[in-house]
Amino acid sequence: LQAPKYMRSPLIPEMATQEVQLNETLTHLKTESETLKSKLEDERAKLHDVELHQVAEKVEGLGQFVMKTRRTLKGHGNKVLCMDWCKDKRRIVSSSQVTHFMLLKTFMLLEHAVTMPCTWVMACAYAPSGCAVACGGLDNKCSVYPLSLDKNENLAAKKKSVAMHTNYLSACSFTNSDMQILTSSGDGTCALWDVESGQLLQSFHGHAADVLCLDLAPSETGNTFVSGGCDKKANVWDMRSGQCIQSFETHESDINSVRYYPSGDAFASGSDDATCRLYDLRADREVAIYSKESIIFGVSSVDFSLSGRLLFGGYNDYTINVWDVLKGTRVSILFGHENRVSTLRVSPDGTAFCTGSWDHTLRIWA
Amino acid sequence: MTIRNPLRDHGQRYRPRIACLKKVEKVLLEMQDLKTGVKSQPQRLVITTIPHAITGEDIISWLADRFQVDTQEARSFGSMLVALGYIYPLQDHKRLVIKPDASLYRFQTPYFWPTQQWPVEDTDYAIYLAKRNIRKKGILELHEQEHYNRLHKWMNHKWDFIVMQAKEQYRAAKERKKPDRVVFDCQERAYWVVHRPPPGTVSAMDYGLDRLIDPNADEMIFTQQSIMRPRVKSSVSIGALVKYCATYNSHDPFLSKCLPSNPWLTDDVTYWTLNMPYVEMPTKMRVERWTFSFAELLSDPRGRNDFRLFLKKEFSGENLAFWESCEDLKWGEAATMSEKAEHIYKTFLARGAPRWINIDGKTMEITVKGLKHPHRYVLDAAQTHIYMLMKKDSYGRYQKSPVFKETVKKAICPEEHHFTDAQLEQNAKKRRPSLSPIILRQMEQEQRAKMAATVDITQVMSKLSKQRKEAPPPPCPPPCPPPKK
Repeated sequence: LQAPKYMRSPLIPEMATQEVQLNETLTHLKTESETLKSKLEDERAKLHDVELHQVAEKVEGLGQFVMKTRRTLKGHGNKVLCMDWCKDKRRIVSSSQVTHFMLLKTFMLLEHAVTMPCTWVMACAYAPSGCAVACGGLDNKCSVYPLSLDKNENLAAKKKSVAMHTNYLSACSFTNSDMQILTSSGDGTCALWDVESGQLLQSFHGHAADVLCLDLAPSETGNTFVSGGCDKKANVWDMRSGQCIQSFETHESDINSVRYYPSGDAFASGSDDATCRLYDLRADREVAIYSKESIIFGVSSVDFSLSGRLLFGGYNDYTINVWDVLKGTRVSILFGHENRVSTLRVSPDGTAFCTGSWDHTLRIWA
Repeated sequence: MTIRNPLRDHGQRYRPRIACLKKVEKVLLEMQDLKTGVKSQPQRLVITTIPHAITGEDIISWLADRFQVDTQEARSFGSMLVALGYIYPLQDHKRLVIKPDASLYRFQTPYFWPTQQWPVEDTDYAIYLAKRNIRKKGILELHEQEHYNRLHKWMNHKWDFIVMQAKEQYRAAKERKKPDRVVFDCQERAYWVVHRPPPGTVSAMDYGLDRLIDPNADEMIFTQQSIMRPRVKSSVSIGALVKYCATYNSHDPFLSKCLPSNPWLTDDVTYWTLNMPYVEMPTKMRVERWTFSFAELLSDPRGRNDFRLFLKKEFSGENLAFWESCEDLKWGEAATMSEKAEHIYKTFLARGAPRWINIDGKTMEITVKGLKHPHRYVLDAAQTHIYMLMKKDSYGRYQKSPVFKETVKKAICPEEHHFTDAQLEQNAKKRRPSLSPIILRQMEQEQRAKMAATVDITQVMSKLSKQRKEAPPPPCPPPCPPPKK
């Protein structure tokens, strides 16, 4: 993928005077950029007439939670980097640091393990039909593997190389069918691909650094998705045009995870700055920060419960924090993993959530 | 395209991937405050006295008090401090955790704090190992011995330099007072346990892959557009978020009971069986969700089927069929796209089409024009029009219709399970894998084929009216279908 010239060409001055001129231009551009940014914040503030926690005061508080590990899945033998649920609510695909992804059946019997020719398989996703999975990582590619009923079949033989980036693949997701995949990459771009032909359908440029995560908007709210990157920005994109339609830059460090609120009108993000934040898309602003003085390690992964009332966050200090989305308070902290929690997803029917960790295991919590 | 430029990135290489370090250092400074920090005292250890030693339980209670958290969380936090190397254990020095008892710890000197400025060099490690070897041969542990051998091999060209440095450091250390020397040895040893951990240790220094930043990006055009963007008042949009939570509260398995029970808790899969995609009789909760929004109804296959049945009776089934075809076009294979667009045009949009949909003139014009050069989104305008039509009109009438009322009447409300411990154990033993999605898909395809075989009633009627001479008109249904929506 070639990024547009105006974004990537380094400015190389040939003479000292040129250098001075360039520095002045850069400073001028920077000042203009800053002015525009503060203008944007002013515009956003004009319609900001109430805070989330104020509206939430009238809402009933949450009771005590008893959330425990209900299943522990061992079998990777290496850091678990990513996982995804199948729409059947019971199957999972997970990928790890060394060469393979695994499919796990209902109540967690290993169904299939596949070896991939690369380390750090950072992204994996289940197809909506449940009949294929996609994954990729340091090989800069995203490949689709059709699944089989035969446990002994070598899935790697039928794999299809779909996406080709110029740097590592950080996340992937099927759209509403098995035929299209959305990817994000360390090369700073996201892209939409046709699975059958491997054709690039649309590319999305706008991040100034590695893009680490993405999430597709729930169906009714149209053809958009959100991405988060090392440039501390969360961008909302129009899949049709490839344009960035909204951008939020309030985090203080890399954004590791983004997830839509179930209604599609907001999304949450988790960052290395140890906070999770909620962004309201219609009001076009950040409306909540989920943080605590005692939480100083980065968030690797976030997801909402079915109603959107709870936000689960997996952290680099091996814990999981559960937040009351409306009131902004932490309702629970869960221990169990013995290393970083790298991935967290709520099951499709909201009955449980699964975490994957660098301690080589996956856990189901309910 | 981001290019890895090691020279430019040198300061960046140890970027805030461990962004917490600054925050941790603040906490450390507080902990070391003479008045308000963790209380310390000199402790006798074998034949020497170690100054400023602190106990594990004191650390934990200080953290619990400072952050207003419980002991378990404070202990977890404390262990992270040890894992990062800011505090080190005096006994059992290879286990980087906080023990909630009188075990002793000390604050690491800032010289040995983890830093992002420069990587921890193998050269320094080689010097350290060599130094220890000089002091007492055979003192290196197995993993250290392996490191030593490896470093000796690939750093062979500068081994003289390494040995020289090691000897120099050893000599300089001898000139220090004994207590200082002991303390320094402890600190140095702790540093290397953190940065070259023994096998099987979880290392906090392991932060995964490096990331890159290219800060020279042009954002001005985007910002200008953003300023003009239409926005909604916070009270309105936040109000909607709060309302959504309230609406779905009773459906959220983490907040309300799953009926009959949550399979993950009881190992009983009735909940999943009752909520299969194409089940004949849905549960009451599921049917209730169809009333929350049109999107909910459409996204549930059982709900969509119910709606389809209703539309058939109203003779406006083509709307849903058109909408589904548009979805198939948008998300389907690129190769068959033009073909699909053509087929949709012939079936739904062309004059005299068998399933003609009623959209306004302007939209029809745009759509037909676009179809000359079809792309995945060519039917967007028409699709949105039909979607809004169904949402604002059909959806409301569906909820008042006999079809829906019938479904509500038949809907199941399962009794809550009350399993004894013995029963739960039994359930756990009976765990079985579910049907593979591959098989489920085959079953679905068969179902769909069956439904497609059910002919649209308008086509039947038009056929019959053409065969007027054959049979008398049927007694009940009118000869002409009512006007289409």
